[in-house]
Amino acid sequence: MIKLENLSIIFNEGTPDENRALKNINLQIREGDFITIIGSNGAGKSTLFNLIAGTYTPTSGRIFINNKNVTRVPEYRRARFIGRIFQNPLMGTAGNMSLEDNLMMACKKGFKWPVISLNSTMRSLFRQELVQLEMNLENRLKDNVALFSGGQRQALTLLMMVLSSPSLVLLDEHTAALDPKNAQLVLELTTMFIEKYKLTTVMITHNMAQAIQYGNRLLMMDNGEIIFDVSGRGKEQLTIEKLVEKFHEIRKKEFATDEVLLSE
Amino acid sequence: MIEGIFIEGCIYGIMALGVFITFRVLDFPDLTVDGTFPLGAAIMAAFLTHGLNLWLALFIASIGGFLAGMLTAVMHNELKIPNLLAGILTMILLYSVNLRILGTSNVSLLNVNTILSNTYDFLKLHFGFSREISYMLLFILVIMIIKLLLDLFFRTDLGLTLGALGNNEQMIKCQGVNPKIIKIIGVGLSNSLVAISGAFAAQYQNFADIGLGQGIIIAGLASVMIGEFLIKSNKIFWLTLNVILGSIIFNGVMYGARILIFNIPFLKASDLKFVQVLLVVACLAVTRIQAFLQKKRRKSQ
Repeated sequence: MIKLENLSIIFNEGTPDENRALKNINLQIREGDFITIIGSNGAGKSTLFNLIAGTYTPTSGRIFINNKNVTRVPEYRRARFIGRIFQNPLMGTAGNMSLEDNLMMACKKGFKWPVISLNSTMRSLFRQELVQLEMNLENRLKDNVALFSGGQRQALTLLMMVLSSPSLVLLDEHTAALDPKNAQLVLELTTMFIEKYKLTTVMITHNMAQAIQYGNRLLMMDNGEIIFDVSGRGKEQLTIEKLVEKFHEIRKKEFATDEVLLSE
Repeated sequence: MIEGIFIEGCIYGIMALGVFITFRVLDFPDLTVDGTFPLGAAIMAAFLTHGLNLWLALFIASIGGFLAGMLTAVMHNELKIPNLLAGILTMILLYSVNLRILGTSNVSLLNVNTILSNTYDFLKLHFGFSREISYMLLFILVIMIIKLLLDLFFRTDLGLTLGALGNNEQMIKCQGVNPKIIKIIGVGLSNSLVAISGAFAAQYQNFADIGLGQGIIIAGLASVMIGEFLIKSNKIFWLTLNVILGSIIFNGVMYGARILIFNIPFLKASDLKFVQVLLVVACLAVTRIQAFLQKKRRKSQ
Protein backbone atom coordinates (compact mmCIF):
# COMPACT_ATOMS: atom_id res chain seq x y z
CA MET A 1 0.00 0.00 0.00
CA ILE A 2 2.83 2.36 0.90
CA LYS A 3 6.09 1.61 -0.87
CA LEU A 4 9.42 3.35 -0.41
CA GLU A 5 12.02 2.61 -3.07
CA ASN A 6 15.72 3.35 -2.55
CA LEU A 7 14.85 6.45 -0.61
CA SER A 8 17.79 8.70 0.29
CA ILE A 9 18.08 12.24 1.48
CA ILE A 10 21.23 14.28 1.89
CA PHE A 11 21.17 17.57 3.76
CA ASN A 12 23.64 20.35 2.85
CA GLU A 13 24.96 18.34 -0.07
CA GLY A 14 28.45 19.33 -1.21
CA THR A 15 29.32 21.26 1.95
CA PRO A 16 31.42 20.20 4.95
CA ASP A 17 28.15 19.80 6.87
CA GLU A 18 26.91 17.16 4.43
CA ASN A 19 24.63 14.77 6.24
CA ARG A 20 23.23 11.60 4.71
CA ALA A 21 20.17 11.42 6.90
CA LEU A 22 18.61 8.45 5.12
CA LYS A 23 20.44 5.86 3.05
CA ASN A 24 18.63 3.70 0.52
CA ILE A 25 15.53 2.95 2.50
CA ASN A 26 13.30 0.23 1.06
CA LEU A 27 10.10 -0.39 2.91
CA GLN A 28 6.68 -1.76 2.18
CA ILE A 29 3.81 -0.98 4.51
CA ARG A 30 0.84 -3.30 4.07
CA GLU A 31 -2.73 -2.32 4.71
CA GLY A 32 -3.63 -2.85 8.36
CA ASP A 33 -0.01 -2.89 9.53
CA PHE A 34 0.79 -1.31 12.87
CA ILE A 35 4.52 -0.65 12.76
CA THR A 36 6.59 0.69 15.63
CA ILE A 37 9.93 2.37 14.93
CA ILE A 38 12.70 2.74 17.49
CA GLY A 39 16.13 4.25 17.18
CA SER A 40 18.37 6.71 18.92
CA ASN A 41 18.38 10.43 18.24
CA GLY A 42 19.55 11.24 14.74
CA ALA A 43 18.76 7.77 13.43
CA GLY A 44 16.47 9.26 10.77
CA LYS A 45 13.04 8.35 12.17
CA SER A 46 11.53 11.79 11.92
CA THR A 47 13.24 12.42 8.59
CA LEU A 48 11.55 9.27 7.30
CA PHE A 49 8.18 10.67 8.40
CA ASN A 50 8.94 14.03 6.83
CA LEU A 51 9.65 12.26 3.54
CA ILE A 52 6.50 10.13 3.65
CA ALA A 53 4.37 13.15 4.58
CA GLY A 54 6.04 15.36 1.96
CA THR A 55 7.64 17.99 4.20
CA TYR A 56 10.96 17.14 2.52
CA THR A 57 11.60 15.95 -1.01
CA PRO A 58 14.04 13.02 -1.21
CA THR A 59 17.42 13.44 -2.93
CA SER A 60 16.77 10.14 -4.70
CA GLY A 61 14.24 7.33 -4.61
CA ARG A 62 10.49 7.10 -4.96
CA ILE A 63 7.45 7.00 -2.71
CA PHE A 64 4.20 5.26 -3.63
CA ILE A 65 0.89 5.58 -1.83
CA ASN A 66 -1.84 3.23 -3.09
CA ASN A 67 0.34 2.50 -6.16
CA LYS A 68 0.52 6.19 -7.03
CA ASN A 69 3.89 7.87 -7.25
CA VAL A 70 3.69 10.78 -4.81
CA THR A 71 7.40 11.63 -4.59
CA ARG A 72 6.81 15.15 -5.93
CA VAL A 73 3.29 15.70 -4.61
CA PRO A 74 3.22 18.63 -2.13
CA GLU A 75 2.61 18.02 1.55
CA TYR A 76 -0.88 19.50 1.73
CA ARG A 77 -2.08 17.25 -1.09
CA ARG A 78 -0.63 14.11 0.47
CA ALA A 79 -2.23 15.09 3.76
CA ARG A 80 -5.53 14.00 2.24
CA PHE A 81 -4.48 10.37 2.74
CA ILE A 82 -2.16 10.83 5.68
CA GLY A 83 -3.04 11.61 9.28
CA ARG A 84 0.00 12.87 11.14
CA ILE A 85 0.39 13.62 14.83
CA PHE A 86 3.41 15.43 16.20
CA GLN A 87 5.18 15.27 19.53
CA ASN A 88 4.08 18.82 20.34
CA PRO A 89 0.42 18.63 21.40
CA LEU A 90 -0.13 22.22 20.21
CA MET A 91 0.72 21.35 16.59
CA GLY A 92 -2.49 19.54 15.72
CA THR A 93 -5.12 22.06 16.72
CA ALA A 94 -5.76 25.80 16.40
CA GLY A 95 -5.68 27.13 19.96
CA ASN A 96 -7.53 30.39 19.37
CA MET A 97 -10.51 28.60 17.88
CA SER A 98 -13.32 26.71 19.49
CA LEU A 99 -13.46 22.94 19.78
CA GLU A 100 -16.33 22.65 17.31
CA ASP A 101 -14.53 24.82 14.73
CA ASN A 102 -11.45 22.62 15.01
CA LEU A 103 -13.49 19.47 14.55
CA MET A 104 -15.35 20.99 11.61
CA MET A 105 -12.10 21.70 9.80
CA ALA A 106 -10.86 18.16 10.37
CA CYS A 107 -14.05 16.56 9.08
CA LYS A 108 -13.41 17.20 5.42
CA LYS A 109 -9.91 17.19 4.01
CA GLY A 110 -9.06 19.24 0.94
CA PHE A 111 -10.00 22.75 -0.14
CA LYS A 112 -12.57 24.50 2.04
CA TRP A 113 -15.37 26.36 0.26
CA PRO A 114 -17.25 29.34 1.68
CA VAL A 115 -20.21 27.27 2.85
CA ILE A 116 -21.43 26.87 6.42
CA SER A 117 -21.30 23.17 7.29
CA LEU A 118 -21.37 23.54 11.06
CA ASN A 119 -24.95 22.85 12.11
CA SER A 120 -26.81 20.99 14.84
CA THR A 121 -26.41 17.64 13.05
CA MET A 122 -22.63 18.09 12.99
CA ARG A 123 -22.62 19.22 16.61
CA SER A 124 -24.45 16.14 17.81
CA LEU A 125 -22.10 13.98 15.75
CA PHE A 126 -19.13 15.74 17.39
CA ARG A 127 -20.62 15.12 20.84
CA GLN A 128 -21.01 11.43 20.08
CA GLU A 129 -17.41 11.18 18.93
CA LEU A 130 -16.05 13.21 21.84
CA VAL A 131 -17.69 10.87 24.36
CA GLN A 132 -15.17 8.22 23.30
CA LEU A 133 -12.34 10.34 24.73
CA GLU A 134 -13.96 10.22 28.21
CA MET A 135 -12.62 13.70 28.98
CA ASN A 136 -15.96 15.46 29.29
CA LEU A 137 -15.08 17.51 26.20
CA GLU A 138 -18.53 16.88 24.70
CA ASN A 139 -19.87 19.66 26.93
CA ARG A 140 -17.20 22.16 25.94
CA LEU A 141 -17.82 22.51 22.19
CA LYS A 142 -17.73 26.31 22.34
CA ASP A 143 -14.56 26.57 24.42
CA ASN A 144 -11.28 27.64 22.88
CA VAL A 145 -8.89 24.73 22.46
CA ALA A 146 -6.13 26.80 24.13
CA LEU A 147 -7.97 26.26 27.43
CA PHE A 148 -7.45 22.49 27.28
CA SER A 149 -4.52 20.58 28.78
CA GLY A 150 -1.79 19.05 26.62
CA GLY A 151 -3.29 15.59 27.07
CA GLN A 152 -6.75 16.80 26.08
CA ARG A 153 -5.36 18.56 23.04
CA GLN A 154 -3.42 15.51 21.90
CA ALA A 155 -6.50 13.30 22.40
CA LEU A 156 -8.48 15.81 20.38
CA THR A 157 -5.84 15.80 17.63
CA LEU A 158 -6.17 12.03 17.59
CA LEU A 159 -9.95 12.23 17.22
CA MET A 160 -9.65 14.86 14.48
CA MET A 161 -7.24 12.61 12.65
CA VAL A 162 -9.62 9.65 12.93
CA LEU A 163 -12.60 11.72 11.71
CA SER A 164 -10.78 12.38 8.43
CA SER A 165 -10.37 8.58 7.90
CA PRO A 166 -6.79 8.58 6.59
CA SER A 167 -5.18 5.69 4.65
CA LEU A 168 -2.01 6.01 6.71
CA VAL A 169 -1.40 7.27 10.23
CA LEU A 170 1.99 8.66 11.24
CA LEU A 171 2.55 9.07 14.98
CA ASP A 172 5.76 10.94 15.76
CA GLU A 173 6.36 10.25 19.46
CA HIS A 174 2.94 11.69 20.06
CA THR A 175 2.91 10.88 23.78
CA ALA A 176 6.48 11.95 24.58
CA ALA A 177 5.58 15.50 25.67
CA LEU A 178 2.79 14.41 28.02
CA ASP A 179 2.94 13.46 31.69
CA PRO A 180 2.94 9.67 32.34
CA LYS A 181 -0.77 9.48 33.18
CA ASN A 182 -1.89 11.43 30.10
CA ALA A 183 0.65 9.62 27.93
CA GLN A 184 -0.88 6.29 28.95
CA LEU A 185 -4.38 7.64 28.33
CA VAL A 186 -3.55 8.92 24.85
CA LEU A 187 -1.76 5.69 24.01
CA GLU A 188 -4.81 3.64 25.04
CA LEU A 189 -7.04 5.87 22.92
CA THR A 190 -4.62 5.45 20.02
CA THR A 191 -4.74 1.65 20.13
CA MET A 192 -8.52 1.75 20.60
CA PHE A 193 -8.97 3.88 17.46
CA ILE A 194 -6.45 1.84 15.46
CA GLU A 195 -8.34 -1.37 16.24
CA LYS A 196 -11.79 0.13 15.79
CA TYR A 197 -11.13 1.73 12.41
CA LYS A 198 -8.43 -0.76 11.23
CA LEU A 199 -5.98 2.09 10.62
CA THR A 200 -2.63 1.45 8.95
CA THR A 201 -0.21 3.01 11.39
CA VAL A 202 3.45 3.79 11.85
CA MET A 203 4.48 4.92 15.32
CA ILE A 204 7.85 6.33 16.38
CA THR A 205 8.72 5.78 20.01
CA HIS A 206 11.75 6.10 22.24
CA ASN A 207 10.36 3.52 24.58
CA MET A 208 11.51 -0.03 23.79
CA ALA A 209 8.86 -1.66 25.95
CA GLN A 210 6.17 0.24 24.06
CA ALA A 211 7.68 -0.66 20.71
CA ILE A 212 7.58 -4.33 21.66
CA GLN A 213 4.14 -4.26 23.25
CA TYR A 214 2.27 -2.52 20.44
CA GLY A 215 1.88 -3.30 16.77
CA ASN A 216 2.57 -6.30 14.55
CA ARG A 217 5.91 -5.19 13.18
CA LEU A 218 8.98 -3.45 14.58
CA LEU A 219 11.68 -1.51 12.78
CA MET A 220 14.95 -0.46 14.35
CA MET A 221 16.74 2.46 12.74
CA ASP A 222 20.29 3.61 13.16
CA ASN A 223 22.39 6.11 11.26
CA GLY A 224 19.91 6.54 8.43
CA GLU A 225 19.25 2.87 7.83
CA ILE A 226 16.66 0.31 8.85
CA ILE A 227 18.89 -2.23 10.57
CA PHE A 228 16.28 -4.60 11.94
CA ASP A 229 12.81 -5.46 10.70
CA VAL A 230 10.78 -8.03 12.58
CA SER A 231 7.12 -8.99 12.41
CA GLY A 232 4.68 -11.76 13.31
CA ARG A 233 5.98 -14.48 15.66
CA GLY A 234 9.46 -13.01 15.76
CA LYS A 235 8.09 -9.81 17.17
CA GLU A 236 5.83 -11.55 19.69
CA GLN A 237 8.82 -13.30 21.23
CA LEU A 238 10.87 -10.13 21.40
CA THR A 239 12.08 -8.77 24.75
CA ILE A 240 14.08 -5.69 25.57
CA GLU A 241 17.19 -7.81 26.26
CA LYS A 242 16.89 -9.54 22.90
CA LEU A 243 16.44 -6.20 21.19
CA VAL A 244 19.58 -4.76 22.77
CA GLU A 245 21.48 -7.95 21.94
CA LYS A 246 20.27 -7.71 18.37
CA PHE A 247 21.53 -4.18 18.12
CA HIS A 248 24.99 -5.23 19.38
CA GLU A 249 25.03 -8.09 16.96
CA ILE A 250 24.26 -5.89 14.00
CA ARG A 251 26.28 -2.87 14.86
CA LYS A 252 29.03 -4.48 16.95
CA LYS A 253 29.77 -1.24 18.65
CA GLU A 254 29.53 0.30 22.07
CA PHE A 255 25.87 0.58 23.04
CA ALA A 256 26.33 2.46 26.26
CA THR A 257 25.28 5.84 24.95
CA ASP A 258 22.32 4.48 23.06
CA GLU A 259 21.15 2.50 26.03
CA VAL A 260 20.62 5.75 27.86
CA LEU A 261 18.58 7.17 25.02
CA LEU A 262 16.48 4.05 24.43
CA SER A 263 15.10 4.02 27.92
CA GLU A 264 12.56 1.50 29.10
CA MET B 1 -18.74 67.06 15.83
CA ILE B 2 -20.03 63.76 17.22
CA GLU B 3 -21.51 62.98 13.81
CA GLY B 4 -18.18 63.70 12.13
CA ILE B 5 -16.30 61.40 14.48
CA PHE B 6 -18.90 58.70 13.99
CA ILE B 7 -18.90 58.95 10.20
CA GLU B 8 -15.10 58.94 9.96
CA GLY B 9 -14.99 56.10 12.46
CA CYS B 10 -17.24 54.05 10.21
CA ILE B 11 -15.33 54.88 7.02
CA TYR B 12 -11.97 54.06 8.56
CA GLY B 13 -13.63 51.17 10.38
CA ILE B 14 -13.98 49.35 7.05
CA MET B 15 -10.23 49.72 6.61
CA ALA B 16 -9.62 48.63 10.22
CA LEU B 17 -11.64 45.46 9.53
CA GLY B 18 -9.25 44.74 6.67
CA VAL B 19 -6.25 45.31 8.92
CA PHE B 20 -7.87 43.05 11.51
CA ILE B 21 -8.05 40.22 8.97
CA THR B 22 -4.35 40.38 8.10
CA PHE B 23 -2.80 41.27 11.44
CA ARG B 24 -5.02 39.34 13.79
CA VAL B 25 -6.73 36.54 11.88
CA LEU B 26 -3.99 35.64 9.38
CA ASP B 27 -1.01 36.82 11.43
CA PHE B 28 0.33 38.33 8.21
CA PRO B 29 1.50 41.91 8.93
CA ASP B 30 0.54 43.56 5.67
CA LEU B 31 1.62 47.10 4.77
CA THR B 32 0.01 47.02 1.32
CA VAL B 33 -2.80 48.91 3.05
CA ASP B 34 -0.97 52.23 2.66
CA GLY B 35 -1.17 51.77 -1.10
CA THR B 36 -4.60 50.17 -1.48
CA PHE B 37 -6.39 52.90 0.48
CA PRO B 38 -5.48 55.62 -2.06
CA LEU B 39 -5.97 53.02 -4.82
CA GLY B 40 -9.62 52.73 -3.82
CA ALA B 41 -9.89 56.52 -3.68
CA ALA B 42 -8.25 56.89 -7.10
CA ILE B 43 -10.48 54.32 -8.80
CA MET B 44 -13.56 55.95 -7.27
CA ALA B 45 -12.40 59.40 -8.41
CA ALA B 46 -11.75 58.17 -11.93
CA PHE B 47 -15.26 56.72 -12.16
CA LEU B 48 -16.87 59.80 -10.61
CA THR B 49 -15.16 62.29 -12.89
CA HIS B 50 -16.15 60.23 -15.94
CA GLY B 51 -19.74 60.05 -14.72
CA LEU B 52 -19.83 56.25 -14.59
CA ASN B 53 -21.94 54.07 -12.31
CA LEU B 54 -21.08 54.63 -8.64
CA TRP B 55 -21.76 51.12 -7.39
CA LEU B 56 -19.74 49.67 -10.24
CA ALA B 57 -16.94 52.02 -9.14
CA LEU B 58 -17.10 50.62 -5.64
CA PHE B 59 -17.01 47.09 -7.02
CA ILE B 60 -14.01 47.83 -9.27
CA ALA B 61 -12.23 49.52 -6.35
CA SER B 62 -12.65 46.37 -4.26
CA ILE B 63 -11.39 44.20 -7.12
CA GLY B 64 -8.36 46.51 -7.46
CA GLY B 65 -7.65 46.15 -3.76
CA PHE B 66 -8.00 42.38 -3.98
CA LEU B 67 -5.49 42.19 -6.85
CA ALA B 68 -2.99 44.36 -4.95
CA GLY B 69 -3.32 42.13 -1.89
CA MET B 70 -2.94 39.10 -4.11
CA LEU B 71 0.31 40.50 -5.51
CA THR B 72 1.72 40.87 -1.99
CA ALA B 73 0.68 37.34 -1.05
CA VAL B 74 2.05 35.82 -4.26
CA MET B 75 5.40 37.59 -3.80
CA HIS B 76 5.53 36.24 -0.27
CA ASN B 77 4.46 32.71 -1.30
CA GLU B 78 6.48 32.16 -4.43
CA LEU B 79 9.58 34.32 -4.00
CA LYS B 80 9.75 33.82 -0.22
CA ILE B 81 9.95 37.58 0.32
CA PRO B 82 9.22 38.33 4.00
CA ASN B 83 5.62 39.52 4.32
CA LEU B 84 6.52 43.00 5.63
CA LEU B 85 8.83 43.64 2.68
CA ALA B 86 6.36 42.20 0.16
CA GLY B 87 3.72 44.60 1.47
CA ILE B 88 6.07 47.58 1.23
CA LEU B 89 7.04 46.66 -2.34
CA THR B 90 3.41 46.52 -3.45
CA MET B 91 2.73 49.77 -1.61
CA ILE B 92 5.53 51.56 -3.48
CA LEU B 93 4.44 50.05 -6.77
CA LEU B 94 0.90 51.26 -6.14
CA TYR B 95 2.11 54.84 -5.78
CA SER B 96 2.84 54.92 -9.51
CA VAL B 97 -0.35 53.04 -10.33
CA ASN B 98 -2.41 55.50 -8.30
CA LEU B 99 -0.82 58.48 -10.04
CA ARG B 100 -1.67 56.87 -13.39
CA ILE B 101 -5.29 56.40 -12.39
CA LEU B 102 -5.62 59.88 -10.89
CA GLY B 103 -3.73 61.64 -13.68
CA THR B 104 -2.57 64.29 -11.23
CA SER B 105 -1.72 64.13 -7.56
CA ASN B 106 -5.04 65.59 -6.50
CA VAL B 107 -8.52 65.34 -8.01
CA SER B 108 -11.41 67.42 -6.69
CA LEU B 109 -14.80 65.72 -6.43
CA LEU B 110 -16.74 68.82 -5.38
CA ASN B 111 -18.90 69.17 -8.47
CA VAL B 112 -19.84 65.54 -9.05
CA ASN B 113 -22.55 63.34 -7.64
CA THR B 114 -21.23 60.80 -5.17
CA ILE B 115 -22.91 57.96 -3.30
CA LEU B 116 -22.94 60.29 -0.31
CA SER B 117 -24.47 63.28 -2.05
CA ASN B 118 -27.07 61.04 -3.74
CA THR B 119 -28.06 59.56 -0.38
CA TYR B 120 -28.30 63.03 1.11
CA ASP B 121 -30.46 64.32 -1.75
CA PHE B 122 -32.76 61.34 -1.43
CA LEU B 123 -33.15 61.50 2.35
CA LYS B 124 -33.58 65.28 2.35
CA LEU B 125 -36.31 65.06 -0.25
CA HIS B 126 -38.27 62.31 1.50
CA PHE B 127 -37.55 62.80 5.21
CA GLY B 128 -35.95 66.23 5.48
CA PHE B 129 -32.78 64.85 7.10
CA SER B 130 -29.67 66.99 7.48
CA ARG B 131 -26.43 66.15 5.72
CA GLU B 132 -24.78 64.71 8.86
CA ILE B 133 -27.75 62.50 9.73
CA SER B 134 -27.99 61.24 6.15
CA TYR B 135 -24.30 60.32 6.07
CA MET B 136 -24.56 58.69 9.46
CA LEU B 137 -27.49 56.52 8.37
CA LEU B 138 -25.69 55.57 5.17
CA PHE B 139 -22.52 54.53 6.96
CA ILE B 140 -24.30 52.64 9.72
CA LEU B 141 -25.95 50.65 6.96
CA VAL B 142 -22.72 50.16 4.98
CA ILE B 143 -20.55 49.09 7.89
CA MET B 144 -23.22 46.82 9.33
CA ILE B 145 -23.65 45.04 5.99
CA ILE B 146 -19.88 44.62 5.67
CA LYS B 147 -19.53 43.49 9.27
CA LEU B 148 -22.35 40.94 9.08
CA LEU B 149 -21.10 39.56 5.76
CA LEU B 150 -17.64 39.17 7.28
CA ASP B 151 -19.10 37.43 10.35
CA LEU B 152 -20.96 35.07 8.06
CA PHE B 153 -17.82 34.45 6.03
CA PHE B 154 -15.78 33.56 9.09
CA ARG B 155 -18.32 30.92 10.03
CA THR B 156 -17.94 29.13 6.69
CA ASP B 157 -15.42 26.33 6.21
CA LEU B 158 -13.14 28.66 4.26
CA GLY B 159 -13.43 31.34 6.94
CA LEU B 160 -12.55 28.85 9.67
CA THR B 161 -9.49 27.76 7.71
CA LEU B 162 -8.42 31.39 7.41
CA GLY B 163 -8.64 31.72 11.17
CA ALA B 164 -6.68 28.52 11.74
CA LEU B 165 -3.89 29.56 9.35
CA GLY B 166 -2.86 32.49 11.53
CA ASN B 167 -2.89 30.15 14.51
CA ASN B 168 -1.20 27.06 13.21
CA GLU B 169 -0.01 26.76 9.63
CA GLN B 170 1.07 23.13 10.03
CA MET B 171 -2.46 22.17 11.02
CA ILE B 172 -3.83 23.69 7.82
CA LYS B 173 -1.40 21.62 5.77
CA CYS B 174 -2.37 18.51 7.71
CA GLN B 175 -6.02 19.18 6.80
CA GLY B 176 -5.06 18.99 3.13
CA VAL B 177 -5.34 22.73 2.44
CA ASN B 178 -2.75 24.72 0.50
CA PRO B 179 -1.79 27.57 2.86
CA LYS B 180 -0.61 29.69 -0.10
CA ILE B 181 -4.12 29.86 -1.56
CA ILE B 182 -5.60 30.75 1.81
CA LYS B 183 -3.06 33.57 2.23
CA ILE B 184 -3.93 34.96 -1.20
CA ILE B 185 -7.64 34.92 -0.37
CA GLY B 186 -7.10 36.44 3.08
CA VAL B 187 -4.74 39.25 2.11
CA GLY B 188 -6.82 39.95 -1.01
CA LEU B 189 -10.04 40.18 1.00
CA SER B 190 -8.37 42.46 3.52
CA ASN B 191 -7.13 44.84 0.84
CA SER B 192 -10.42 44.91 -0.99
CA LEU B 193 -12.03 46.18 2.23
CA VAL B 194 -9.29 48.80 2.54
CA ALA B 195 -9.91 49.95 -1.04
CA ILE B 196 -13.64 50.25 -0.37
CA SER B 197 -12.80 52.33 2.68
CA GLY B 198 -10.57 54.57 0.55
CA ALA B 199 -13.34 54.95 -2.03
CA PHE B 200 -15.74 56.18 0.64
CA ALA B 201 -13.10 58.44 2.22
CA ALA B 202 -12.55 60.20 -1.12
CA GLN B 203 -16.28 60.81 -1.47
CA TYR B 204 -16.56 62.08 2.08
CA GLN B 205 -13.65 64.49 1.74
CA ASN B 206 -14.66 65.48 -1.79
CA PHE B 207 -11.21 64.88 -3.16
CA ALA B 208 -8.84 62.05 -3.97
CA ASP B 209 -5.22 62.62 -3.13
CA ILE B 210 -2.10 60.57 -3.78
CA GLY B 211 -1.05 61.06 -0.15
CA LEU B 212 -4.37 59.91 1.27
CA GLY B 213 -3.07 56.59 2.55
CA GLN B 214 0.07 57.81 4.26
CA GLY B 215 0.35 56.14 7.64
CA ILE B 216 -3.16 54.76 7.38
CA ILE B 217 -1.91 51.39 8.64
CA ILE B 218 -1.28 53.06 12.01
CA ALA B 219 -4.91 54.15 12.21
CA GLY B 220 -6.00 50.63 11.38
CA LEU B 221 -3.70 48.95 13.86
CA ALA B 222 -4.51 51.40 16.65
CA SER B 223 -8.23 50.86 16.04
CA VAL B 224 -7.79 47.09 16.22
CA MET B 225 -5.73 47.32 19.41
CA ILE B 226 -8.05 49.77 21.15
CA GLY B 227 -10.99 47.58 20.17
CA GLU B 228 -9.41 44.51 21.73
CA PHE B 229 -9.91 45.95 25.20
CA LEU B 230 -13.60 46.74 24.80
CA ILE B 231 -15.53 43.48 24.80
CA LYS B 232 -13.79 40.28 25.78
CA SER B 233 -14.95 37.38 23.66
CA ASN B 234 -13.71 34.83 21.14
CA LYS B 235 -16.86 35.16 19.05
CA ILE B 236 -16.30 36.72 15.66
CA PHE B 237 -19.43 38.88 16.08
CA TRP B 238 -17.88 40.73 19.02
CA LEU B 239 -14.38 40.76 17.56
CA THR B 240 -15.48 42.66 14.45
CA LEU B 241 -17.77 44.94 16.46
CA ASN B 242 -14.77 45.79 18.68
CA VAL B 243 -12.76 46.80 15.62
CA ILE B 244 -15.50 49.20 14.49
CA LEU B 245 -15.92 50.69 17.97
CA GLY B 246 -12.12 50.94 18.25
CA SER B 247 -12.05 52.87 15.01
CA ILE B 248 -14.70 55.31 16.26
CA ILE B 249 -12.78 55.85 19.51
CA PHE B 250 -9.56 56.31 17.56
CA ASN B 251 -11.16 58.99 15.40
CA GLY B 252 -12.47 60.66 18.53
CA VAL B 253 -8.92 60.78 19.87
CA MET B 254 -7.70 62.25 16.57
CA TYR B 255 -10.41 64.88 16.82
CA GLY B 256 -9.29 65.60 20.37
CA ALA B 257 -5.77 66.17 19.08
CA ARG B 258 -7.05 68.78 16.64
CA ILE B 259 -8.90 70.57 19.45
CA LEU B 260 -5.74 70.55 21.56
CA ILE B 261 -3.74 72.05 18.70
CA PHE B 262 -6.18 74.91 18.31
CA ASN B 263 -6.58 75.64 22.00
CA ILE B 264 -3.05 75.38 23.36
CA PRO B 265 -1.24 78.57 22.28
CA PHE B 266 2.31 77.26 21.89
CA LEU B 267 1.25 74.38 19.61
CA LYS B 268 1.34 74.90 15.87
CA ALA B 269 -0.80 73.16 13.26
CA SER B 270 2.28 71.28 12.11
CA ASP B 271 2.50 69.62 15.54
CA LEU B 272 -0.69 67.68 14.80
CA LYS B 273 1.00 64.37 13.93
CA PHE B 274 3.16 64.57 17.05
CA VAL B 275 0.16 65.09 19.32
CA GLN B 276 -1.82 62.40 17.52
CA VAL B 277 0.90 59.82 18.04
CA LEU B 278 1.25 60.79 21.71
CA LEU B 279 -2.49 60.34 22.20
CA VAL B 280 -2.52 56.96 20.46
CA VAL B 281 0.38 55.79 22.62
CA ALA B 282 -1.42 57.07 25.71
CA CYS B 283 -4.56 55.21 24.62
CA LEU B 284 -2.67 51.96 24.18
CA ALA B 285 -0.86 52.49 27.50
CA VAL B 286 -4.22 52.85 29.26
CA THR B 287 -5.41 49.59 27.72
CA ARG B 288 -2.20 47.85 28.83
CA ILE B 289 -2.55 49.14 32.38
CA GLN B 290 -6.16 47.99 32.39
CA ALA B 291 -5.11 44.50 31.33
CA PHE B 292 -2.36 44.48 33.94
CA LEU B 293 -4.76 45.45 36.72
CA GLN B 294 -7.20 42.78 35.65
CA LYS B 295 -4.48 40.15 35.78
CA LYS B 296 -3.41 41.31 39.22
CA ARG B 297 -6.96 41.24 40.52
CA ARG B 298 -7.42 37.71 39.21
CA LYS B 299 -4.21 36.63 40.91
CA SER B 300 -5.12 38.10 44.27
CA GLN B 301 -8.47 36.33 44.26
